[in-house]
Amino acid sequence: MERIPILKLGSFLLVTIQVDMHDQLALALQDDLTSRVVGDRATGVLIDISALDIVDSFIGRMLGSIAGMARILDAETIVVGMRPSVAITLVELGLSLPGIRTALNVDRGMELLRSARNGETGDDGRQIG
Amino acid sequence: MAQSRLSEIIAVHEKDLIKEWVVRQNEFLAQRRDRISDSQQRANSQDFLRALTEALSLNAGLDVESNKWSSMRTLLADLARERAAQGFSPTETSTFIFSFKQPLFARLTTEYANSPEAVAEEIWRATELLDRLGLYTFEIFQKSREEIITRQQQEMLELSTPVVELWKGILALPLIGTLDSARTQIVMQNLLEAIVSNGADLAIVDITGVPTVDTLVAQHLLKTVAAARLMGAECIISGIRPQIAQTIIHLGVDLSSVVTKATLADAFQLGLRRKNLGVSRS
Repeated sequence: MERIPILKLGSFLLVTIQVDMHDQLALALQDDLTSRVVGDRATGVLIDISALDIVDSFIGRMLGSIAGMARILDAETIVVGMRPSVAITLVELGLSLPGIRTALNVDRGMELLRSARNGETGDDGRQIG
Repeated sequence: MAQSRLSEIIAVHEKDLIKEWVVRQNEFLAQRRDRISDSQQRANSQDFLRALTEALSLNAGLDVESNKWSSMRTLLADLARERAAQGFSPTETSTFIFSFKQPLFARLTTEYANSPEAVAEEIWRATELLDRLGLYTFEIFQKSREEIITRQQQEMLELSTPVVELWKGILALPLIGTLDSARTQIVMQNLLEAIVSNGADLAIVDITGVPTVDTLVAQHLLKTVAAARLMGAECIISGIRPQIAQTIIHLGVDLSSVVTKATLADAFQLGLRRKNLGVSRS
C-alpha cells in the first residue's frame, strides 16, 4: 500500500502531499506521523501542500487532526505552500482551517518553528501520551 | 397572392435606387456628414442591396434570424459596429435601412402603376422586411455598445487594485473605490500572487479610498485577510477614517481578528517593529 514518505530535518519532520488523499492514506499518514514524532523526538511537523490544486473539507479535517495529535505530543504543526487559488476557494467556502498555522514555504515554516521553540519558557505541564 | 417582384425590381434599378437612397441618408445624417465618406456610404448601400436581393431570390421570407439571412446579418453587424465606433447613434445607424423605404416605394409605385392592390401588397411586404432588418441593426448596435462597456469595466477592475512592496516582505494594497464581490476576487488574487512572488509575510490593506464600509464590504475585507493568513501572511487594515470607525461599531461588525491602524504610516511602523527594524536619523 502506498504511504506518504516522512523526511527528518533536524528536529522537524517534513511531509509533502503530492497525491490524491483518500481515507486509508490519511489514516496511514496519521499513524506514521505520530509514531515518528515520538520516535524521533520531533518538535515540529511541516506539511507541504504546494502540489495540491484542491483542498476540500476532508483534507482540511485531516490537517486539523494531524495538528491536534502533534500538539498533544508537544510538536507544532505548520502547513506550508498553499496555492493562491486554493486559499481563495477555502475562504469562499468558509473553511478557514482554524487552529492551523501556516507559512509561505518550507523555509519560512522552519523559521517559525525555530522561533516558536526559542520563545518557550519551560515545562507547561502538558500531558504526553 | 401574386409573386413578389421585389428582388428583380431592386436588381434592375440598383444604380438609381442607390443614388436616391444616399441622398436620403445624407438628409438624416446632416451633422455627421464629415464622419463618413460618400464612397463608403455608396459601398455600404450597394452591399446591402446585393445581400437583400440574394436573400429574396432564395425566398428567405420574413424571419431575419433564419439561415438564408445570415450573410445579411453579418453585413448589418459589421455596419453597426463600424458606425458605433465612428460615434453614430443607434437611430442614425438604423436610419441607414429605414431611409431606403422612400426610394423603394417610389420605384414600386411606378412599376405597378396599373394595379394599386399589387402596389399596396409589395409595399407592405417591403416595409415589414425593412422594419425587421432595421430593428435587427438597432439591436446589434446596442449589444456592441454593451460589449465595450463591459470590457472597460473589466479593465478598470484590473487597473484599480495594485499591490506595492513597501519593504522587503511588507506589501501595501491601497484600495480605491467600492469593494464588491467581483472586485474582492481580483483583489484577493492580486494580493496572494504578490505574497508568493515577493515572499511577503505582511500585507497592509489601506482603505482610505473606500468610500463606504458596510457589512458586505467588511465581510469582503475579512475574507481577504483570511486568505492571506492561509498563505502565511498577516494583514493590517489601515486608513480607517473616523466616520468609518463609527459605522463599523454601529453595524456590529467584528474586526477583533484583525489588527487595525488609522494610517498607513502607523501600519508600516508596526510592520517594521515586527521585523525588529526601525528608522533612525543618520
